Amino acid sequence: MIKLLYRRLMQAIFVAWSVGSLTFLLMHLLPGDFAYRIAAGRYGYDHVTQAAADAVRLELGLDRPIWQQYFAWLGDLLQFNFGNSLVSGAPVLQEIDHQLGHSLQLALYAVVISLLIAVPVGIYCGKRANSVADRFGLFTSVMLRAQPVFVIGLLLVLTLAMNIGWLPVAGFGGSQYLILPAIALSLSLAALSNRIIRNNTHQVMHSSYLQFARLKGLSEQQAFDRHAAPNIALPVIAFVGVQAVSLIEGIVMIESLFSWPGIGHALAHAIFGRDVPMIQATALMMGLLFVAINTAVDVIGYLLDPRQRQEVEYAEV
Amino acid sequence: MLKFDLRAPTTLLGVFLLFALLILVLFEQLAHGVDGTVQLLDNAFALPSWQEPLGTDQFGRSNLARLSAAIQISLWMSLLCVITAATLGTVAGIAAAWLRGWVDASIGFVVNVLMALPGLILVLLIGALFPGSFTALYIAISLVLWVEFFRVVRAQTLSLLASPEIEASRLYGFGPLYLFRRHLLPRLLPSLLPLACFGAGNAILALASIGFVYVGLQPPRAELGLMMVELFPYYSDAPWVLAQPVLCVFALILSFNLIAGGFRHDH
Repeated sequence: MIKLLYRRLMQAIFVAWSVGSLTFLLMHLLPGDFAYRIAAGRYGYDHVTQAAADAVRLELGLDRPIWQQYFAWLGDLLQFNFGNSLVSGAPVLQEIDHQLGHSLQLALYAVVISLLIAVPVGIYCGKRANSVADRFGLFTSVMLRAQPVFVIGLLLVLTLAMNIGWLPVAGFGGSQYLILPAIALSLSLAALSNRIIRNNTHQVMHSSYLQFARLKGLSEQQAFDRHAAPNIALPVIAFVGVQAVSLIEGIVMIESLFSWPGIGHALAHAIFGRDVPMIQATALMMGLLFVAINTAVDVIGYLLDPRQRQEVEYAEV
Repeated sequence: MLKFDLRAPTTLLGVFLLFALLILVLFEQLAHGVDGTVQLLDNAFALPSWQEPLGTDQFGRSNLARLSAAIQISLWMSLLCVITAATLGTVAGIAAAWLRGWVDASIGFVVNVLMALPGLILVLLIGALFPGSFTALYIAISLVLWVEFFRVVRAQTLSLLASPEIEASRLYGFGPLYLFRRHLLPRLLPSLLPLACFGAGNAILALASIGFVYVGLQPPRAELGLMMVELFPYYSDAPWVLAQPVLCVFALILSFNLIAGGFRHDH
C-alpha cells in the first residue's frame, strides 16, 4: 500500500515538474520584456514606465541568472503560489478554485452515467455473446469510438438542443445544463468500457469456477451474484483508471464545446490568450486530477482484491 | 506468423474508406485546380455544382479544395508521427531490454515523466509554446505516441532475449544486427503494425482535437477540427458544410481502427 502511494506521489511530482518547466519555457519564449508585461498587468498599459518595469524586475528578481529564476519558479509552484492572471488580473488560485469544483462535478457525473450505460449493456451482451444484440452493441461501440468526443457532443447539441429544444445548448446554470456535456462524455467512455465488461462477462460465464458453483447446486442468480459479479467488477474498476486519460482529455474538449466553466475550458482559454499563470495552474490541476483518479482506482482495487495485496507484498520482498 | 486478413468485411471497409478519401484528394489535385484560400464573399455557402462538387464555405472558399488540404495535413501528420514514434519506441525498447542497467533506468524515467500527464495536455502545452506550428505539434504528438511502442517492444524483447533460439544464435556468434533482423523484428511486427494503425488514428484525433479548441494549426490553414469550430456558428445556414469535416474525421479514424483490427495473430 505504501509502495503504491509512493509511486503515485512520484507521478504527482513529475506532473508538477513538467508543467512547471514547460510553462517557465513558455514565459521566456513570449516576445517582449517580462518585467514590462507584469508591470502592465499591475498598473495598466497606460501607466507603464521604465521605472515601474525596473522596480518589478528588482522585486521579482528577474535580473538573476536564468537557473535561479527557474528554481524560484518551481518553488512557487510547489507552494501553489500561482500569481495573478495576465488577462483578468485576479489571483489565479481564486479562479481555479471555482473551476475545479465544476470539473469534478462533470467528471463524476460522466463516470457514473458511463457505468450506468456500460455495465448493463456489457453484461447483457456478454451473457449472449455473438447474438444479434451483441453484434449491434459492437457496431454501436465501434461507431462511437471512431468519433472524437467533441463530435459526439456536437451531434447531441444539434439534435437534442437545437432541433428539438429539450436542453440548453451550452452554458452553466441549473442541472439541465449538466445533462448534455455529461452524456456526451459518458457515451465516449462507455463505448470502450462496455466491450471490456462484455469480454469479461463472457470469460467469467465460461469459467470452470462458475460451472462448479452451478454444479454444487447454486441457482443461476446465486452463482452469478456470488462468483461471477466480483470477478467482472475488478477489471472494470482497473479500467476506470485506464480511462482516466480519456476522461481528462474529454473534459478539456467537452468543457470547451459546452462553455462549461471548468478547468479544461480555462486551460484552452488560457492557452489561446497566452495567459501563462493560468496555463500553469490549470494544466497542473488537470495533471493532479489525473493522478488522483489513478490513486483512487489503485486503492479501491487494492482493498477489493486479495490477489493485488499479495502481489504488492511479493514485489516489496 | 503475421497475417493481414483482407477478406474480413470490416478490414475491407477500412481499406475502402481510406482509399475513398485518397481518391477525393487525388481528384482534387488533378482535376479540380481551385485555390482553397481564395475567398469569394458573394458566393458563400453555394450549393454543390459541377464547378464546386462540395459547395463553398462561409467565405465562399471551395470546400473540396479545403477538405482535400485538411485530409492531407491529417494524413501527413499521422504518417510522420507514427513513423517517428514507432522507430523511436522500437529502438529505445530494444536498447532498454538489451542493455538493462542505467540505459533501461533512464529511458524508464523519461517514460514515467511523459506518462504522468495525459497526452492531450502535453500536446496542448507544447502547442502553446509554438502557436500554429506543424513541427511543434508533430514533435508533441510523436512524444505521446512513442511510449506505447516502447512499452510493448521492451516487454516482448525482454522475454525474447531469454528464449532458446536467440541464445543459440548468440552462441553461434551472430551479431546484434542479425539477431534483430532474424529474430526480433519478425516477432515484434505483429504487435507493432496494429499499434501503428491505432497510433495513426490517435494522431488524427489529437490534431483535430486541438484544432477544435483553437490551439492547434491556425486559420487560414484548413484543418479538420478547426473547420468544424469555424463552421459551427453557421450550422443552421448550411448543416451540410459542417457535416463534411465531421464525416472526414469519422471516416479517417474508423478506417484506421478497422485496418488495425485486420492484423490477426496466427498461432
